[in-house]
Amino acid sequence: MNSTFSIIDGNEAAAAIAHKVSEVCAIYPITPSSNMGELADQWSSEGRTNIWGTVPLVVEMQSEGGAAGAVHGALQTGAMATTFTASQGLLLMIPNMYKIAGELTPAVFHVSARAIACQGLSIFGDHADIMSVRGTGFALLGAASVQEAADMALIAHSTTLKTRVPFIHFFDGFRTSHEVNKVVTPDDDVIRAMIDEEAVLAHRARALNPDKPVMRGTAQNPDVYFQGRETVNPFYAAVPDAVQSAMDQLASLTGRKYKLYDYYGHAEAERVVVLMGSGVETVKETIDVLLANGEKVGVLMVRLFRPFSAGHFAAALPATVKTLAVLDRSKEPGSAGEPLYQDVITALVEQFNDGRLSMPSLPRIIGGRYGLSSKEFTPAMVKAVYDECAKAQPKNHFTVGINDDVSHTSLEIDPDFVIESDKVVRAVFYGLGADGTVGANKNSIKIIGEETDFYTQGYFVYDSKKSGSQTVSHLRFGPDPIRSTYLIQSANFVGCHQFGFLEKTDVLKLAAPGSVFLLNSPFGPDDVWNKLPGRIQEQIIARKISFYVIDAYKVARESGMGSRINTIMQTCFFAISGVLPRDKAIEQIKKAIEKTYKRKGVEVVQKNFAAVDHTLAHLYQVNVPSAVTADTAPPRIVSDNAPEFVQSVLVPMMIGEADNLPVSKMPVDGTFPTATTKWEKRNISDMVPVWDETICIQCGLCGLVCPHSVIRSKTYDESHLTHAPAAFKSATLRGKDVAPGSRYTLQVYIEDCTGCGLCVGVCPTKNKQEVGLRAINMEAKAPVFEDERENIRFYETLPVNTDPTLDGTLVKDVQYMDPLFEFSGACSGCGETPYVKILSQLFGDRMLVANATGCSSIYGGNLPSTPWSVDHLGRGPAWSNSLFEDNAEFGFGYRLTLDKHSEYASELIKKFGPQLGDQLVDDILNGRRTGKAEVEKQRERVSAAKEILTSVKDPDARRLLSIIDCLVNRSIWIMGGDGWAYDIGYGGLDHVLASGRDINVLVLDTEVYSNTGGQMSKSTPRGAVAKFAAGGKQLGKKDLGLLAISYGHVYVARVAMGANPRQTLRALVEAEQYPGPSLVIAYSHCIAHGIDMANGLKQQKLAVDSAHWPLYRFNPGLMGSDKNPFSLDSKPPTISLRDYAYNEVRYRMLHHSHPEEASRLLKLAEQDVKERWAIHESLVKRYEPAPAVAAVESRSTT
Amino acid sequence: MNLSTNYMGLHLKNPLVPSASPIMENVDNIRRLADAGASAVTMFSIFEEQLRMEAAALDHYTSVGDNMYAESLSFFPQTDEYHVAPNRYLDIIHRASQAVDIPIIGSLNGMTNEGWIDYAAQIEKAGAKALELNIFMIPTDPKISGGKVEESYIDIVKAVRDAVSIPIAVKMNPFFSSIANMAKRFEEAGADGLVLFNRFIQPDFDLEELEVVPNLTLSSPGEIRLPLRWIAILYGRLGISLAASRGVHSSREVIKYILAGADIVCMTSALLKQGIPYLNHLLTDLVAWMDEHEYESIEQMKGAMSQKSVSDPSAFERANYIKTIEHFKRHHAASMPW
Repeated sequence: MNSTFSIIDGNEAAAAIAHKVSEVCAIYPITPSSNMGELADQWSSEGRTNIWGTVPLVVEMQSEGGAAGAVHGALQTGAMATTFTASQGLLLMIPNMYKIAGELTPAVFHVSARAIACQGLSIFGDHADIMSVRGTGFALLGAASVQEAADMALIAHSTTLKTRVPFIHFFDGFRTSHEVNKVVTPDDDVIRAMIDEEAVLAHRARALNPDKPVMRGTAQNPDVYFQGRETVNPFYAAVPDAVQSAMDQLASLTGRKYKLYDYYGHAEAERVVVLMGSGVETVKETIDVLLANGEKVGVLMVRLFRPFSAGHFAAALPATVKTLAVLDRSKEPGSAGEPLYQDVITALVEQFNDGRLSMPSLPRIIGGRYGLSSKEFTPAMVKAVYDECAKAQPKNHFTVGINDDVSHTSLEIDPDFVIESDKVVRAVFYGLGADGTVGANKNSIKIIGEETDFYTQGYFVYDSKKSGSQTVSHLRFGPDPIRSTYLIQSANFVGCHQFGFLEKTDVLKLAAPGSVFLLNSPFGPDDVWNKLPGRIQEQIIARKISFYVIDAYKVARESGMGSRINTIMQTCFFAISGVLPRDKAIEQIKKAIEKTYKRKGVEVVQKNFAAVDHTLAHLYQVNVPSAVTADTAPPRIVSDNAPEFVQSVLVPMMIGEADNLPVSKMPVDGTFPTATTKWEKRNISDMVPVWDETICIQCGLCGLVCPHSVIRSKTYDESHLTHAPAAFKSATLRGKDVAPGSRYTLQVYIEDCTGCGLCVGVCPTKNKQEVGLRAINMEAKAPVFEDERENIRFYETLPVNTDPTLDGTLVKDVQYMDPLFEFSGACSGCGETPYVKILSQLFGDRMLVANATGCSSIYGGNLPSTPWSVDHLGRGPAWSNSLFEDNAEFGFGYRLTLDKHSEYASELIKKFGPQLGDQLVDDILNGRRTGKAEVEKQRERVSAAKEILTSVKDPDARRLLSIIDCLVNRSIWIMGGDGWAYDIGYGGLDHVLASGRDINVLVLDTEVYSNTGGQMSKSTPRGAVAKFAAGGKQLGKKDLGLLAISYGHVYVARVAMGANPRQTLRALVEAEQYPGPSLVIAYSHCIAHGIDMANGLKQQKLAVDSAHWPLYRFNPGLMGSDKNPFSLDSKPPTISLRDYAYNEVRYRMLHHSHPEEASRLLKLAEQDVKERWAIHESLVKRYEPAPAVAAVESRSTT
Repeated sequence: MNLSTNYMGLHLKNPLVPSASPIMENVDNIRRLADAGASAVTMFSIFEEQLRMEAAALDHYTSVGDNMYAESLSFFPQTDEYHVAPNRYLDIIHRASQAVDIPIIGSLNGMTNEGWIDYAAQIEKAGAKALELNIFMIPTDPKISGGKVEESYIDIVKAVRDAVSIPIAVKMNPFFSSIANMAKRFEEAGADGLVLFNRFIQPDFDLEELEVVPNLTLSSPGEIRLPLRWIAILYGRLGISLAASRGVHSSREVIKYILAGADIVCMTSALLKQGIPYLNHLLTDLVAWMDEHEYESIEQMKGAMSQKSVSDPSAFERANYIKTIEHFKRHHAASMPW
C-alpha cells in the first residue's frame, strides 16, 4: 500500500490533497474551515510543492465572494484552482458557483459544512450551507470521516477533471473538520495516479488566451438561453459513473473501497436509514449492536448527493426494506420535506414507476431532522429512529436529539442505550483553555497513534467565552478504527485539570463504574477528600472510582513552567491509564515535547522535561473513604434574585445541560433579554484589583480602561453610609466646589474580574512608602471575597449618579456613568471592550447597535449570557448582528427607519396640536437635540405627549404612539473589527459614509482578524506576522481614516485610549453629535499581537509615540469656522518604530525567523510612518482656517 | 617598530582590540574596524538569560491564546523556522571571520552550566578564535557566601574549558575580596587570559516617575585607575595574558595600560563617540609616543611600570592611598568650600 498513517483532523486531510493538486488557492477565513486555508498557506510558505513540483500560490481575499471570484478567474485562465469555506462564506460564493458550473469548469471547493445564521449565528456543523448550493450545478460529494475527507477530496479532484463538472467536497464542520483521527493519507504516487494529466492539459487548453481568443460570459436572450442551459446534461449524466470509477481506482491503489451510495447492515434489512456525513459512522456502530440483537436494520450512506443518481441509489437498497427513514442535517422551513428526503422519494418513485425497483412495492419513506449545529447524534438516537420505523404509523418529519414540546416532532430516546466498547480506552479531560489541556491531549493522541497499533480519536469541546473558558477533551484509543462520531458517553478515565470546576461542573457525569479519576488538586491525598463536594464523593464511592491527585500547579512552578500544567497532567494520564508502558510513554512524551518546543528553544524543552520528571513523585492515589462527608446539595449557579428566564433557560446553558431544554423554552425569533451576564458570576481570576482609598485621586482611569466593566464609581452623601458594611470603603470626594459630606467609592466587582491588571497599569498614583504599589493593586481574591460581595450588595443600594451636567469628554465624569456593557466573555485584558463600554456609558440609554460578526459580536452576543445591559430605568442599548459583510448597510437601515419614522411622526404630531397644545408640539419638533440634559427634556415632552395621545381616539394617534419615541434622539452605532471595516464590509462602509446620513461607525482595529485566529487584514501593518503573512506583511496598511477624510463630509477620528483617553472621549462625543456620518478608528491591542495584555495600554501609547498610530480628529462641522477642522492630537514621533513594534511577538517572530527580512521591512515601515506623519501634518495646514476676509483685503491695499 | 603582541596564544599585529559594542552588530563595521587597524575584535555578549527569556516569551505569547475558543484555536502561523537561538550572533561571527583576517573573539554571558557549555561550543564552531567569559552574578541571597560565589565562577571556567579548545579569557569584576587569588584560580581552572575589568550597568532611580531605570553611561578616562592598578599588580604573577578594559579614550590610556602590563587594550566608548576611524588615530599616536620615547616594540613596553618594575611597589598598595590623601590635602583642600 502506497500510503502512510497520519494523526490529523479532517481539515488537514482535505487541505493536504487540495494543496497537492492545485496551483492557485484563493481563500478567506471562516470557521470551521479557516485552518484548511491556513495550512495551505503554511505549506506554501514552507516551499511544499504540488504533484507537479511547483509551490501553489495561496492568496487571502477580502471576502468569500472575492475568493470565489478569484478562483473563477484563475480557472478561466487555466489554473488548477481551489478554495476552502463554510456557511455564510459558501453563500457568498453562490453567484460564482453558478457561473463556474455553467461554464463546465473543473474545480473543487472544500467545505467544512456549517449551520447558517438564522434566528442566531452558529459556528457549528450541519448541512444547511451545502443544501443552499444544491442548485448551483456543483456536484456535492460528502465525506463521513477524517479518512474519507482525504479520500473524497482526491476523488472529487480526480472526477472534476474528467467530467468538467465542478465539485463541492464537504464534511461535517467540527465533528469531522476538527476531529483528530488516525488515518492513511494518499501519497503523491496515489494522487498522481488519480489525476488525469490529459484532463489537466485539456483544462489549460480551454483557458482564455489572446493567442486563440474566445469569449465566455456572454449575455443570452430568450431565444437561446434555455437551450444553452440544457447543453450540460450529458456532462452531469456522466458524473455518477465517473465518481464510482474514481472510487474504484482509489480502491485498487489503496484498498479503501467506496460506493456512491454505500449500504451497510443486514442483507435483508426491513428498516433502513438514509443519511450523509459523519452521522453515518454512528449509525453503523449502532447497527452492529442491533444486528447482534437480531434486528433487521441497515443504513444507506449517501456520498454523492449531486448529481443524485436514482439508479445507483435504488440499486444499493436491499429489496427487503419496508421502511426507509431519511435523515437530513438541515431544516428547510415550509418545504414538503428536507432536501435529502425529497430526493430519495423522487428517486424511488421514479425508479418504481419505471419498473426498475427491485422491491414489489414502494417502502414507506419518512423523513427526519437531526444534528443541527453539531447537536449530538448518538446511538440512542439512531435506535430511536429504527424503533420509530418499526411502528405501524411512524412519525414523519420528525426530529431526533431534542425535545420538541411545541410541534411534538421529536422521538423519545432511551438515555441508557449506551454502546461504548470496553475494548476502547475512553478518556475525558476537563481543562481551562489557558492550561494547555487540549494541546497536551493532541500530543497524547499523536503519541499513541504513532507508537502503538491503536487507532485514536480526539474531539474537543470549547465553551462560548474567550476568557477563562472551559475545554472538554474526548479521547478514544482502541484496536479497531474508531467510528464513534459522538462525544464519549461513558468514560473509563476522567481527568479534571482544575479543582475549581468541581463545584459547578458535573465532572464525573461520564465516569463509568470502576473508572479512574485524576484530579489536579492543591490538596494532597490525605486532605483532598473533605474538600470535595458531596456529589463528587457520592459518585466516587458509588461507582468504585479509583481516585488520584496531583498538585500540578506546584510541580509546574517548581519546574519553571509557570502555570502551564499540560505536560504534567499528560504524564499522569499515561502513568495511570497504562495505555503505554510507563517508561515508553515518558520517553515518547519527551520526544513529543522536543518536537513541539524545539523551535522555541532548548530552554522551553528543558523546562518541560523537568516537569515530566517531577510529576510521578507527586502523583498519589487517594484512599477513598466509605462515607460521604460533604454537603450533596446541587450547586447554586445564579442568585435566587435572577429572573425566571435566566433561571430556567440560561442556567442550563451555563452548566452544560441545555441539550435538555425543550423547544418551548426557546424564543421563537431569536430575541433574548439583555443584561444577563451579571447573573453569571464566573469567578475566573484568583487575583483581583483592590482599591486603596487613602491614596486614590479619584481620576476614574482604572474604571475607564477596565475591559470587563468591573470597576465602578459612585459619589454620594455621607448620610448613605449609615448602614454600610464594616469593610465598605469610602473616601472624601476630591475636587473643587464639592458639597460638604460628599463621599466617593470605587467598587470592584471581583466575581466578574478576569484579572488582566490593566487598571493597575494606568493608575497614576504611587504609594509614597512603597512605590511599587498604586491606588489599585492586584491582590489574592480569597481573603477579600466575602467582604467584597457584601460591599457590592451595599454599593448597589447607593443612589445612581444621574447628574445631567456630567461631561462625557472628561474621564473623571465618565466614571459615574453606568456602563451598559458589562462582564463580557472577551479575552482578559481585551483592547476592544473598553471602547464599547465607553460608548454604552455615553449613549447607552438611547443607543442602537449594529454589530458586525467577529469578536465584538461574540463577546457581545454569544449565549448564554448577554453583556449589553440596562440602566436603573430599564433603558439600554438595543443590539443586533446581521452578518459580517453587511454591517454598515444593516446599521444604515436603522438610520433610514429612524429618519422615515421621525419624519412621519413629525407629520402626524402636527395634527394633534389641539390635544397636545401647540407649544408642546413645537418643543418636541424643535427639541431633538443632543446632549444628556437636552435628551432628558425631550424624553419628558414625548412622555407627556404619549400620555395625552393614549386617550385620543384616532387611528393616527395609535400610529403616532408606535413611532413617537424616535423623536428622542437615537444614537446609532455601527461597530465591528478591521476585518469587517477594511476588508469584507469596506464596500458597504464606504457607501454608507458617502450617504451623508447621521450614522456613527466605531472600528475596533486590532490590525488582524482576531475572532478567527489572527489572519492578516488590510489593516495589518507592514512587517507584522499574521496568518497568510507568515513571512511578514509585505505592504503597508490601508489608511481607512484618510480615505474617509477624502469625502470632506465625514467626521473621522483615530483614537487610542491608552495614549490619550481624553481625546478618545472627545472623539466619541463629537462623532455622535456630528449630524452626518462619523468614523472613529480605535487602536485595540489584542491577544493576537503577542503581548502581555496587562501592558496593552502602554503598547497603545508606544504606538502613538512612534507615530504608528497618529491621533487626530477631523470635524467637517468646523469648516468655515475659525477652528481647524483637522486636529492632529498627537506629537511627532518621540520613539522609534522599533521601540514600539519589537515589544510585540507579531513583529519579533520575523526577527527570529528572518532577521534580515525583518529589518528590511522595519525600515520600510519606518518610512511608512514618516510619510503618514507628513501627510497628517500637511492636513493641518490644508485645513487651516482662511484668514478673515477683511484682514486679507487690508493687507492687499497696503 | 614592532607593535605585535601575543594574547592568549593569538599573534596580534598590535594591542588595539575594539570590544563589545553595537558597532559589532554589523559585519561591514567589523570590516571597517579591521581596515582601521584593529588587531582583533571582541564581540558583544550573548546573554543566556535574555535568550531564555526571549524563548519563554515567544513560547508564551505565541501560544497563550491557543485552544481557548473554537473559532480561534491559535493566533499565529505555525512555522518551524523561527527559533530562539544565538543564530544571528553566530552568523555575524561566521561572516566576520570570513570577511576579515583578524581574529574574532566571542563573548558569552551565561546563566546555567548547560548554557555556558552549549553556547561556548557554538561560538567556537562559528569561527571565533577565542572566547571571553562575561561572568556576572548578583548574589542577593544573604545565605550565599562569598566562597560559594567564587566557586561557581571557577566551575563555569572549568566547564567551558572542557567544552572548547579555543583560548578563553575571563572578564573579571573588581569586587572579589582577593582579586589576585581569584586571578590565580581562574588561571588554574583553565583560563588563558583575564580581562580587567568588567563595567556593569548599574540601575538608577528616576525621581519623577519613582522608577528604577537602567542607566548605561559611556566610560570616562578616569576609569582606567582601577584596572591599571590591578594589571600592574598581576603582571608577572600569572602565566596567562592580561587584557585592559575600561576608560580608553586616547593613546595615553593605551600606553599606560601597556606599561602596566596589558597584552592588549580594549576600547568601546572612544569608538562609539569618535567613530571607527579614531582607531587609526590611536594607533598613530601610540607609534608616535613609542618613537618619541624610543620604544622599539610593544613587548619592550609591557609591564615596564608594573608593580614589580617600578621603584616603589607600594605605590600600588594601601600606602598609596595615604599618599593620595596627603596629596589631596596639600593641593586641593584649601580651595574647598568647607
